[in-house]
Amino acid sequence: MTTVTAARPTLIPWRTLAWLVPVALVLLAAPYVVDEFQIITLTYGLIAAIGAIGFNLLLGYTGLLSFGHSAFFGGGAYAVAFMVKYLKIASMELFLAGSILANAILSLLFGFVCVRYTKIFFGILTLCLSQVLWSLAFKFFWVTGGTDGLRVPTPTLLGSVASGDKMQFLSHQYYYYVLAVFAICVFLMWVIVHSPFGKALQAIRDNETRAEFIGIRIRRYRLIAFVISGVFTGVAGALWAPLNGLASPDVLIWTFSGEIVFMTVLGGFRTFVGPIVGAIAFTYLKTYAVGFTTYWQLLLGVVLVVLVLLLPTGIMGAVERLAARVKRAR
Amino acid sequence: MEVLVIHILNALLYSSVLFLIAGGLSLIYGVMRILNLAHGNLYALGAFVSAWAIGLATGPNTPNFVFFLLLPAGAIAAAAAGAVIERTLLRPFYKRPEEYQLLMTFGLLMILEDVIRFIWGPAPLSATSVYASLGSITIGDGRYPTYNVVVIGVGIVAAVFLWAFIYRTRFGVLLRATSQDKRMASALGVNVNRIYIQAFTLGCFMAGLGGAIVVPSQSAVLGMGVDALVLAFIVVVIGGLGSLEGALAGALIVGVVREVFITLYPEVELAVLYLIAALVLFVRPAGLFGRA
Amino acid sequence: MDLLATQALTKSFGDNYAVNRVDFAVKQGEVLALIGSNGAGKTTLVNLVSGLLRPDSGQIMFENNDVTQQKAYDRIKVGIARSFQLVNLFDHLSCVDNVALSIFSRAGKTQNLATLASRDQAVWDEAHELLRQFGLDRHAKMLAGSMSHGERKLLDVAVAYALRPKLLFLDEPTSGVSTREKAPIMDIVSSIVRSGGITVVIIEHDMDIVFRYSERIVVMHQGTVLADGTPDQIRANDAVTTTLIGTHPTGEPAFGSDGHA
Repeated sequence: MTTVTAARPTLIPWRTLAWLVPVALVLLAAPYVVDEFQIITLTYGLIAAIGAIGFNLLLGYTGLLSFGHSAFFGGGAYAVAFMVKYLKIASMELFLAGSILANAILSLLFGFVCVRYTKIFFGILTLCLSQVLWSLAFKFFWVTGGTDGLRVPTPTLLGSVASGDKMQFLSHQYYYYVLAVFAICVFLMWVIVHSPFGKALQAIRDNETRAEFIGIRIRRYRLIAFVISGVFTGVAGALWAPLNGLASPDVLIWTFSGEIVFMTVLGGFRTFVGPIVGAIAFTYLKTYAVGFTTYWQLLLGVVLVVLVLLLPTGIMGAVERLAARVKRAR
Repeated sequence: MEVLVIHILNALLYSSVLFLIAGGLSLIYGVMRILNLAHGNLYALGAFVSAWAIGLATGPNTPNFVFFLLLPAGAIAAAAAGAVIERTLLRPFYKRPEEYQLLMTFGLLMILEDVIRFIWGPAPLSATSVYASLGSITIGDGRYPTYNVVVIGVGIVAAVFLWAFIYRTRFGVLLRATSQDKRMASALGVNVNRIYIQAFTLGCFMAGLGGAIVVPSQSAVLGMGVDALVLAFIVVVIGGLGSLEGALAGALIVGVVREVFITLYPEVELAVLYLIAALVLFVRPAGLFGRA
Repeated sequence: MDLLATQALTKSFGDNYAVNRVDFAVKQGEVLALIGSNGAGKTTLVNLVSGLLRPDSGQIMFENNDVTQQKAYDRIKVGIARSFQLVNLFDHLSCVDNVALSIFSRAGKTQNLATLASRDQAVWDEAHELLRQFGLDRHAKMLAGSMSHGERKLLDVAVAYALRPKLLFLDEPTSGVSTREKAPIMDIVSSIVRSGGITVVIIEHDMDIVFRYSERIVVMHQGTVLADGTPDQIRANDAVTTTLIGTHPTGEPAFGSDGHA
């Protein structure tokens, strides 16, 4: 009697490298090819991508739609701003560490409350809790700078002080720093979603009852996912603050959470790469929309409505369908 | 003593407007199971239309009653918009997962925000002539704007009318039947699509009315819809999604709590409200009057 | 030894006593059928024992330990598993993923977020072997949501079996399956569980299957145990035949001594 064994996964994923290497080369070479404004937009895009893959751990993999992720993005941004203002810190590494710590605590607190619920109530609860933070940032203006926000100057990267032109710094050293953090975050998240834990999350997403009946503690796993998700999005916020130069309540308000959802769905929340693609696409879309017309909200709103009406699986969903069709045609 | 009366009136004033907005939101959710994120912007639409209509009519000799005739214009406009929205944008999503419905209404929110800006520009619109025209009443040693009392009156009338509508009319029976069991109602011959559009229109009418009656006392300003929506959320969370009694109870609680904290410790007024909502969700997710 | 024993277990929904002071025991190694008309309380009893529902009163003892207050995931850990009447699978995951998840969970590996699931060869080997035993290995990579109903019923059992439980509840493992497919499904299931030495409780409506595959039958009616015995004893039990199994027009029990109509 022969036993069937699974095909052993090859050590080097050639198919993935086929597109990964060119993309990496493009990203690495970009500052020498395109102008500073483009690079800075791309940097914002990469930062948004980190936030989106954090968010999508909950939506795509655990089946929980959070409308309060602005709390973590803003939490990261304000953690940096507070470290500048009150602790006189300027090190980017310390900024990241502080953001991770702050958002771990915050997401543990929020998550403990929120993961008891699913669907609409989860969404409303996350929204309300993020609004608590927004209202505090808004009202306690002597601590948080209110609507004016708090200034965030250029940080030191790995100990070296930024020298020269700020735009030059942002579009070169800072861009590479963000790119490196982005690569690390993508790698970490990729491992997490492909781990046994990641599979357990998908089980919880697909069928909560059955997941419990194969021995998975639903609430605990959701909470762990929530914390990881919050920390990742917080890292994005921390990287964003020095780039933006300012931490303001705009990144805490619930409509910003909506943008995070928008960009994830735009790219396709059922794939790993979708949120990355969607976040970068959304960043460019918004940047050009804002530059093109004062009615950019209308533009983006129409895009969103058309997206959910006609292309619910997002960009990557469409790409996969196209690829499948091409494969069949061969 | 007069101070207390004034505080109570202020709370009731806020509650009245909130009840209209949250009641509409809750009604729509109760019947259609859709959480309309753009609901606040229908309130804003009502405010802008009414302010605009009154502004058009304002002249040196315009009698007061004209203003009051024009005030409901906002509610009617919101209702009309609601009917169009339901038919074109919402209907394709009834069979889809609720994530997509939420996203669609969020897109609608963004669209409405800019449509309002496109039509009326970025500057606030006001209708203070109406507010001033009614003067003020005396309470003890102080004076209190009469218009505020009118608003409270409208709120009470609306609550009574809605209650009668939902519990004493044939349409109300159909509404309640559809909200409890859509398939059963359909099997019994109820035209569910018609009920949906009517419920949605009614909900939008309420939101628009809230905007219409609030605009004499505070200007119609961009972003008011987004702010109002979260407050409406707090109300329906406390009172229970889908319940009109809940919207009333929630609106009263929020009105009172807000008044208390604005007087005592204004910085945390909003935070306290959000925390109460979170607490209610934590302890009794269905809210005071909702079904789980 | 009684592997499982309930004492005065009670669960009511409003004033309907779905399970009314039931004493129900399962011995180690038995294959037991739990039968009764709809509303008799069979599924509620299984839901109570497996942890889906909390009883109003009464006790559930498993291996002489009181598990009444334990959550479902803890009962899995002590060795109680179940399949579901309405198929409950992870529809967006492949068949082999469905089974592998049980194995990962059993091995306590689902907390690992720093290792790649695909690298754990032992788990995947066992998952494929299990699928082969259930006759599903050619569908290994197919999404669970896209298989035929009969295959999904089998997978449902496989997912529960992959937990290597001591006590396995099968809730109507052949319901909704065409008559032709029922016997093959039950053959697979019974040979696997017998070879594993697992104690099995089957809820079934199909009397053919009940009499062919079980060693002991417990009959429930309106929330209480009506009869409890070997297939022969149950067949001869007048109360059971009148309320449940039915008789031929001639007055003979519907099922003859060889278990067939």
